[in-house]
Amino acid sequence: MNRSQREAAVRQLMERASPQVPADLYGDVVRRGTRMLRRRVVARRLMWLALFAASVAFAVWALTARPWVEPPSTTTPPMTGW
Amino acid sequence: MRQRQVVQGTRRAREFEAFVAGASGRLLHTATLLTAEAPDDNPRARRLLTLALAHTYACWDRLRGEDPYDRARQYLALRFAHGAWRRHGLLLRGRTHPTSPLALLTPQERLIVVLRLYEGVAEEQAAALLGLPTERVRIMCDRATASLLHPPRATAPAVVGAKAKVAAS
Repeated sequence: MNRSQREAAVRQLMERASPQVPADLYGDVVRRGTRMLRRRVVARRLMWLALFAASVAFAVWALTARPWVEPPSTTTPPMTGW
Repeated sequence: MRQRQVVQGTRRAREFEAFVAGASGRLLHTATLLTAEAPDDNPRARRLLTLALAHTYACWDRLRGEDPYDRARQYLALRFAHGAWRRHGLLLRGRTHPTSPLALLTPQERLIVVLRLYEGVAEEQAAALLGLPTERVRIMCDRATASLLHPPRATAPAVVGAKAKVAAS
């Protein structure tokens, strides 16, 4: 028995009994699929919302802390009286 | 604008319904072979099928000319592989039905045999899908074919083999 004969035999073995498709399959699938889609939309919205909140927080922090301004020197004493 | 959306929605629903009507029989057979349940009592296979089709429904608009059947089959196989890995064979083996033609095989062997021989997926594609080397897929397929056509008489050697595998790993 060569390889293709063996494979054909196994194929025949597998094709014997065929199960019955349940009648309410389509409705079930659509219900689940719609739920999946809705969850995805909610997740995407939440992600954008978080991104927006983070950028607003960063902008507010940057405007109040001004990290680009050189901090006043603490080593040199202020020159006064000449 | 709104009307066009509605028209698109109904067309999409019709297309998907036609797809389900055409593909569900074969996919359910595939799932039943994978879970090795009896054809008339296959809750796990039905669950797998429902999940795979729901996934296909959710990404129907993003298929872009890809074969939806292929997508559903891929999801089904991956979902089964994941579940089999999580349960680690023990529970799963206990629940196989003796009338199933593939009840003798391990879940991974069943997956490979069904993908290669029943669904006719090429060796390279099956290997890429499961993340295995092509050689290994061929060897496992050959071994599974041999043990299907010449089933071992008693279950004792299989148990010893499993124990040896556990001891070796």
